[in-house]
Amino acid sequence: MTRFLLHRLWQSILVLGLMSFVIYGLMGMMPGDPIDLMISSNPDITSEDTARLRALYGLDKPILERYGNWLAAAASGDFGYSRVHARPVLEVLAPALWNTLQLLGLAIFVSIAISIPIGVLAAARPYSRLDYAVNLLAFAGISVPVFWLGLLLIIVFAVILGILPAGGTMTVGDGGFLDRLSYLILPAATLTIASVGGHTRYVRSAMIEVLRQDYIRTARAKGLGRHRVLLKHALRNAMVPVVTIVALDFGFLFSGALVTETIFAYPGMGKMIFDAIMGNDFNLALVSLLFATTLTVLGNLLADLAYAWLDPRVSYR
Amino acid sequence: MIGKFPQLKRFKRHRLAVGSLAVLVVLAIVSLAAPLVAFIFGVETDAVDLMNRFAGPSLGHPLGTDELGRDLLVRLLYGGRVSLLVGMTAALAAAVIGTGVGLVAGYYGGRFDALLMRFTDGVISLPLLPLLIVLAAIDLEKVGLPDALVQSEQVSLYRIIAIVALFGWTTVARLVRGAALSVRERDFVDAAHAQGAGALRVMGVHILPNLVSPIIVATTLSVGNVILLESVLSFLGLGIQPPIPSWGNLLTNAQELIWSAPALAFYPGIMIFVTVIAFNFLGDGLQDALDPKADRH
Repeated sequence: MTRFLLHRLWQSILVLGLMSFVIYGLMGMMPGDPIDLMISSNPDITSEDTARLRALYGLDKPILERYGNWLAAAASGDFGYSRVHARPVLEVLAPALWNTLQLLGLAIFVSIAISIPIGVLAAARPYSRLDYAVNLLAFAGISVPVFWLGLLLIIVFAVILGILPAGGTMTVGDGGFLDRLSYLILPAATLTIASVGGHTRYVRSAMIEVLRQDYIRTARAKGLGRHRVLLKHALRNAMVPVVTIVALDFGFLFSGALVTETIFAYPGMGKMIFDAIMGNDFNLALVSLLFATTLTVLGNLLADLAYAWLDPRVSYR
Repeated sequence: MIGKFPQLKRFKRHRLAVGSLAVLVVLAIVSLAAPLVAFIFGVETDAVDLMNRFAGPSLGHPLGTDELGRDLLVRLLYGGRVSLLVGMTAALAAAVIGTGVGLVAGYYGGRFDALLMRFTDGVISLPLLPLLIVLAAIDLEKVGLPDALVQSEQVSLYRIIAIVALFGWTTVARLVRGAALSVRERDFVDAAHAQGAGALRVMGVHILPNLVSPIIVATTLSVGNVILLESVLSFLGLGIQPPIPSWGNLLTNAQELIWSAPALAFYPGIMIFVTVIAFNFLGDGLQDALDPKADRH
């Protein structure tokens, strides 16, 4: 187990190291140049000045050396300043991360709370009318464009019915718990609908897989009740793949969060990454992208570990 | 085996897949016939008519007009051409890469296989959309592509196909690798080796034809995902650039107009939704038909 853990940990670190270089390199290919942006408001600047600025910030050096310098600074906790926010990157990142975790946490919780009972019911009677309907809805869930779903919800609940806010986090002058919650409902509902289809399919197929096992037949043969077999014997074991897949889905959900936050003007990590890339805020874009990558790689690592831990049949190699 | 084409029989039993195929064929034909539709309703494709903005459905404009008075139906159909073309081309490109990686990994096996599969795992574990946004935003001139290409109108098409293919190959690669691992143990592969066939020939002539089913299924299923990715990037203003219309970029302006013209936000989205769900059902049906042994329930 320890060996397996170390192996996966090493692999994750390798992926992150590689990605930090790739993302650093990609940032250099973005349109716009940090020095050009810096001097654009100053007409008196000469080309000697720009050359000096370039040398001052080390932009005249080869990419490997620049990356090395950035890495050394980052290792000592200096991630640079955000150009747009004029604050250290980490100070901008922290509140956005907290907002995204609230949104994702709510969406994942509701999605799982819906998909487990529905998936179990569908699996209990495969190919029944209910199973068919669940399958149809699950396909609809995985096929709907997230941004359009968000727009539809805004149209229905904000434009037509006028009962929920179309975007933001709180009403100016209010900001109580219920007020904040009302701003969270539509974005969380968007993400929930987008992920519940996939989750239901996982639960259903995991349950059907487990219900085929011999020990289920034994439990039934012993005369145990249908519900007892379903919920006690089967569901517990079916949860193993479900837990891991929910963790694996984190990357997908993060992508969904980016779109959802942008549409609902919700100040989370996703919207911050998008705005930073669009606004040539290189430091912020670089660090927040790396942070998002770290989160999803970590999610994958946790999924593997959870699987190995929950299912004793998995061999650790 | 019962009958001549058991696959066809199994496919027909999947009614949703049959219906989806019909929907997709109709969509493709109508999109291809966009100029004809424009001609029938007597509208010019990009004709701006500011006196007639946000018009409701009428005989001349079956779905009404947009913020510049352009006919919505005709714009939707032209958008469909682009979205379908990009979706299928990118899925095919991804399938080619994925087949290559999976075939080589499965054929050689061992450490080489482990290395390629760890690489695939690494790509899968990345946050897809943020990285696609970065790739869609980079300045192609800084990458060193020729000016003629960078400034051409179609560059946004090529770019989106390339970046989607760059990330979309992993599913196909995993499936092909798994199938190739089992096929290479079969006797006819040994026979081919014994007759002196080289690695390339064995892979291409003896193994690949046995992998057609999983490749077709995976490619069909990924068309839907590709269309979703294209639409979201275009919606964010990073995918297909106007004046080329796509279902995604038709929705870009719709968000600002949501209070005055909610219908504009409805139609392009429903087109994406119907197309994606149809490709997913089609893939599901093909899986049942081509690969009935696959343990997917």
